[in-house]
Amino acid sequence: MTYRGWAEIAIVAVIIGLMIKPLGTYIFHVFEGEHTFLDPILGPVERFIFRFLSIDKDKEYKWTGYILRMIALDFAIIFFAYLIFRLQGHLPLNPAQAPGMRPDLAFNSAVSFGTNTNWQAYAGETQASNLSQMIVITTCMFTSVASGIVMAIAFMRGLSRRANPFLGNFYADFIRAILRILLPLALLFTLVLIPLGVPQTLKGPARVLTLEGEQQEIARGPVATLEAIKHIGNNGGGFFNANSAHPYENPSPVSNIILILLMLLVPASMIYVLGLYLQNRRQGWVIFAAIVLLFIIFAGLTMWFESRASPILEETGVDVTAGNMEGKETRYGVDDSALFGASTTSAATGSVNSSHDSYTPLGGMILIGCMMLNTVLGSSGAGLINILIYIIFTVFLAGLMVGRTPEFTGKKIESREVRLGVIALLIHPLCILGFTTLSLAIPSARNAILNSGPHGITEMAYAFTSATANNGSAFGGLAVSSAYFNVTTGVAMLIGRYAIFIPILAVAGSLAEKQILPESEGTFRTDTPLFAGLLIGIIIIIGALTFFPVLALGPLAEHFALFG
Amino acid sequence: MDDAKRIVKIIMLAVLLLGLVYPFAFSGIARLTPSKADGDMIEVDGRVVGARNIGQEFSSPEYFHGRLSAGGYDAMASGASNLGPSNPELVFRAEERLNQILLENPGIKPEDVPAEMVTASASGLDPEIGLRSAYLQVSRIAESTGILEDALRALIAKYERGRFLWVFGEPRVNVLELNVEIWKMLGEVRQ
Repeated sequence: MTYRGWAEIAIVAVIIGLMIKPLGTYIFHVFEGEHTFLDPILGPVERFIFRFLSIDKDKEYKWTGYILRMIALDFAIIFFAYLIFRLQGHLPLNPAQAPGMRPDLAFNSAVSFGTNTNWQAYAGETQASNLSQMIVITTCMFTSVASGIVMAIAFMRGLSRRANPFLGNFYADFIRAILRILLPLALLFTLVLIPLGVPQTLKGPARVLTLEGEQQEIARGPVATLEAIKHIGNNGGGFFNANSAHPYENPSPVSNIILILLMLLVPASMIYVLGLYLQNRRQGWVIFAAIVLLFIIFAGLTMWFESRASPILEETGVDVTAGNMEGKETRYGVDDSALFGASTTSAATGSVNSSHDSYTPLGGMILIGCMMLNTVLGSSGAGLINILIYIIFTVFLAGLMVGRTPEFTGKKIESREVRLGVIALLIHPLCILGFTTLSLAIPSARNAILNSGPHGITEMAYAFTSATANNGSAFGGLAVSSAYFNVTTGVAMLIGRYAIFIPILAVAGSLAEKQILPESEGTFRTDTPLFAGLLIGIIIIIGALTFFPVLALGPLAEHFALFG
Repeated sequence: MDDAKRIVKIIMLAVLLLGLVYPFAFSGIARLTPSKADGDMIEVDGRVVGARNIGQEFSSPEYFHGRLSAGGYDAMASGASNLGPSNPELVFRAEERLNQILLENPGIKPEDVPAEMVTASASGLDPEIGLRSAYLQVSRIAESTGILEDALRALIAKYERGRFLWVFGEPRVNVLELNVEIWKMLGEVRQ
């Protein structure tokens, strides 16, 4: 990789580092009902919405009440999405005449957008109407990330409250996440994207007669509004099949770097919010440093691995100095594609500006690895929750090593928390590896693989990792349009979200009821570089132990076969 | 019951504000830059010949050629080839393309051809090529159109797009922009 690649990573890390304090402080103030600079405009709107929905923001729920309402709302939205996808052929705003989706495809797509995954088994240009793109997909891009963010907020309240089992008012938090955080950012960046060349039109496809006299029909639509929230909310569902590689979604290196920053912004800021809830900003910075260091390493590795083209292509004698250009766009080249790839898999976004399936074996391995770890930032909210699971584990293991009751921020971590944490931690690999193994064993599912050999194993593992991690990106060669994949990836998305949220919020509920113990000499401090190092170690070791076998069969085997 | 009603109302409100008002309002605001908002179409002599940022197929010798497209530049079906790095198809396709380039551009050797010209883009609609990929086509275009090589080189230099902030992206030229200029030059010759 080049010095330019390093400069890009450094610029991104510095900008994010500068942004998390102001944005994190703002997010904290929003959820704690403190004054913010947008109050004069949004205050009255919020009061109106609260009155319309008869929400009493001071009525707080325990963890069960909080998560039940979150799940009820999510499932109601998924049901609504299912109906619209089924019926879109009969509904207005359908200039490209997309037909209604089959039940399995509608289920998969509804779950996908409802769970913040944005896995797309359909092609945006022809199988989703403008109405679906707007009232289902764009709407879900706000609501699904809002429920993720409020989960993290509830968890942090649990960590910071003293012997108080209440975690907040779900509805008030949910409305505030959308109205005061996501919407202002989306409005601002839609205005930035349109002049950069991202279309925003209600017109149907354009028809042109090319210079060589050929007809070309060009899909377009209200892309900019979707593109902005797609990245701010770590959604990732593309307007077009090619997603953010499409020149209309991501027209230039300028838009490319803006989208990269947008998808890292909120997840990184949530780590700063954690420091504010714990009244220990240093704690926030220490965790941020650990996570950003992982991000820098993975982004750098992806760039480095992609800087070499496939050896079998080299044999043709063409000039391969630009690196692995198969499935990459000229305007980004290898560096900006790899940086986007590492960002989208780290931050659980799932938009792609290059074909991940065509990455070099090790480049692709880093991408799938980021999703397997699911903690290198992660999506807004859900990512922080995953980081907190690993923190609890690190504290627990450190406690075992020194022989003390583990504590995190003055709360005793006891067997109940650790047991629930283990459940949350194990569901992720169990779901990924279970479905991958099952699908490799079923001949008809195996037939969906495009690239045979070890690469095919990676393709399959990538699909279920992406679904379970609620990422949504794909090794696009896998033909996932069959009912089998629609149902299995749909179920994996549901497990990856709710089977992790429920035990984790139970941990929050149980921590909330505990007293905060005063710090003593025997307290193992969690806001030190030592802890950051331990956290990184635990994340890598647990990740490596869990997923090494499948990575050995897939990308590593392919690498050694290719490069010798 | 209270919660059920509230959830229905939340969905109604979300669909109305986020799903309809937000995109509709911006589709309205976007009318301030109608050409960008509608996809930046290029019109020549009263005829819409394409979208600036959407690649199209060029195969005749007088025009610059773009990259391989997995979908044959079908702008209703974007996408990549998704060929893995060990897939032999990658090589068959690259060799076929390379032979075609060598045949069309006499004097060019394989090592003069950047890999981007024998690989498919991510979108299948990549509108651009690198500078070297453009320069290697200059002699062929000059020969088949009668336009001076220097004029073509000047054209490439004129339309070059550089890196953003010196680091982001790659230097490149837009194939359609170049070809529109060639079309105009040929038009003057015709008259």
